[in-house]
Amino acid sequence: MMLCAVDPGQVLMAVALMTGAGLLLGAVIGLVARLFRVEGDSRVDLVTELLPGANCGGCGKAGCRDFAKSVVAGENPPGKCPVSTREQASAIALALGVEVGEVVPKKAVVRCSGTLFTSDRVAYYSGILKCSSAMLVGGGPKVCRYGCLGMGDCARKCPFGAIEIVNNLAVVHEELCVGCGSCAAVCPRGVIAIVPAASAVHVYCNSPEKGAEKRKVCRSACLGCGKCVRKDPEKFELTASLARVKYSAPEVPDAAEVEAVGCPTGALTTIGAHYQAIRKGGTEK
Amino acid sequence: MNKSSRDVMTFEGGIHPADSGKALSENRPTLTPPLLERYQVLLCENVGKPPKPVVKPGDLVGKYQLLAAAEGFVSANLHAPTSGKVVKIGEVPGPMGIPAPAIEIEADGEDAAAEVFPPLDDWRDTDPKVLIGRIADCGLVGMGGASFPTHVKLSPPPDKPVDTLILNGAECEPFLTADHRLMLEHPRDVITGAQIMAHILGVNRICIGIEINKRDAIESLETLAEGTPVRIVPLKVRYPQGSEKHLIRAIAGREVPSGGLPADAGCVVQNVATAAACSDAVLHGLPLVERIVTVTGEVLCHPGNWKLRIGTPLLEALRLAGGVTDEPGKIIFGGPMMGFAQRSLGVPIAKNTSGILLLTREEALRHRSTSCIRCGRCLQGCPMHLSPCLLATAIENGRWNLAAQNHVMDCIECGACAYVCPAHRPLVQLMRSAKMELRKRK
Repeated sequence: MMLCAVDPGQVLMAVALMTGAGLLLGAVIGLVARLFRVEGDSRVDLVTELLPGANCGGCGKAGCRDFAKSVVAGENPPGKCPVSTREQASAIALALGVEVGEVVPKKAVVRCSGTLFTSDRVAYYSGILKCSSAMLVGGGPKVCRYGCLGMGDCARKCPFGAIEIVNNLAVVHEELCVGCGSCAAVCPRGVIAIVPAASAVHVYCNSPEKGAEKRKVCRSACLGCGKCVRKDPEKFELTASLARVKYSAPEVPDAAEVEAVGCPTGALTTIGAHYQAIRKGGTEK
Repeated sequence: MNKSSRDVMTFEGGIHPADSGKALSENRPTLTPPLLERYQVLLCENVGKPPKPVVKPGDLVGKYQLLAAAEGFVSANLHAPTSGKVVKIGEVPGPMGIPAPAIEIEADGEDAAAEVFPPLDDWRDTDPKVLIGRIADCGLVGMGGASFPTHVKLSPPPDKPVDTLILNGAECEPFLTADHRLMLEHPRDVITGAQIMAHILGVNRICIGIEINKRDAIESLETLAEGTPVRIVPLKVRYPQGSEKHLIRAIAGREVPSGGLPADAGCVVQNVATAAACSDAVLHGLPLVERIVTVTGEVLCHPGNWKLRIGTPLLEALRLAGGVTDEPGKIIFGGPMMGFAQRSLGVPIAKNTSGILLLTREEALRHRSTSCIRCGRCLQGCPMHLSPCLLATAIENGRWNLAAQNHVMDCIECGACAYVCPAHRPLVQLMRSAKMELRKRK
């Protein structure tokens, strides 16, 4: 009813005024933008364009643009971006006329195999479902103080969706992981390690405690028996009841070697076998 | 005592828990339990650096003998709760959930005291430095819960003049009655301790703040305080009245600046139990090895108050209280608002354990948390005048800077906001996680 009382001329007037004002101000903004333009380095824009744009921070810079700036400035080689493929990095190197830079590709590994079924919990935790919050309540519900809490702080942080929580344990999908390290940075227990991607075999345990102590609270912990080290001291090492793959060694172990060692608890295993085991509830020997 | 509740002092904000649960144990006189066979004395019972053990396994020690010596200024001595043999120095379940180093003593049953310090009966003419030295020697720490070394608290920085000593007898946490019993049974120790502390600080204004639900304690202290500079201040029953900042607000009418210390408001706050321990240390030369602990909860057969030696395992304390009638939902060291849930029955009593509380399963039940309904009750309840609801949203979204700008670091984690929240939001937990995150980033 009210609409009928409005003079159509007035409406037209308002539309015309607003349009006119918009055009005028737009022109002013356009003019100012042209007059006071800051000349940036076009190469930074070019490199940013060529980078994956995940802003993961894996290179150590605040984001892709920040990394692009450092590449243009010559501080970092293009190959340092963990997400770029070899071809993408070469394209950047070609555009800038610099070396690609030899950078070892890395992957994250959650060094724990204590699932809901194979490791013990001491208390029922009903607070905020975040590892960082659980840590504040008596150090978390898991008896093992070094293992994965499985509440997914890392999975939420991963920009590539490479971490899955299976049976209350974080597992890295290596095909999606680029080794940027953002998961390792948020893990309150420091379970996640960033290791060279060449190795498909890892020791899935993080507890430096004595083997017998670990065994009491987790059926899939590394016992520190040294079987793997005796088999091949070149590729494995033992520190404080905890075996580790020697990632710095010239040759890393493969699936056949894992088979040959025959880890008594299954803590030493391949990435694929580990995932399958966790899906089934965990290794229990 | 003819003051109406309008005269009593308090602060703005806070809550009034419907059932304080104090009736379970407040009329039970403090009992001294028989000697145990073993004591596991936690090595680090103070804020700051852990003391260094001066005994080794196999050593014979007397009661009150030094077990570990303070390392540096912010640290406290540790003494043997009974005579016997040191069997081992190893890890035991700690009160914070993680294993903690402890000195285990096998009692010989004699309970023979080692040589203690000489009494300082003429403390009024003694140099404050000597008295502070004695307090440090006796290993005194804040017994209200924070366990900050007392000698450090009694040495405020010289550029911050202190004119008021406040003793905290508020005991605002529901269920706890240890300080109440102490004030009833040892009022003289509290008054003397207060005067000794005032002498050390060189202040004339001494106030003991007590909530008016402890009328008998107020009366007994008032009678004794006559003719001394000690003033008894009745306080409104309001949680968290016993918080340092809120006691200062209620009694001295001053505000501790954000991030500041009580000394910035010209005050030093000590717990009444610490004052009593101070009197023991100075007048009798006795180190701190025992304290009154409230062991309470609906599920216990005989809730009550016990004078427990440090190093008494939690399980033994529960035995004293006659065991449980039903499975408890949660066992807490301290009160229900700010206490710490325990995950092992082997955790030993420390100098700051004011209570052991067993919640029933219904009491421990966590309600499902839903979205904030913007009712603003947390804003009324927050004694620090923060906006818990807005902070919680910022924290949930990982906006740490926004939380810091809105003073999340001033949160005292009293739990008043979470207590009143009708949506059962885990507000304190969120604040704690933000404080941890921001401390990490600093």
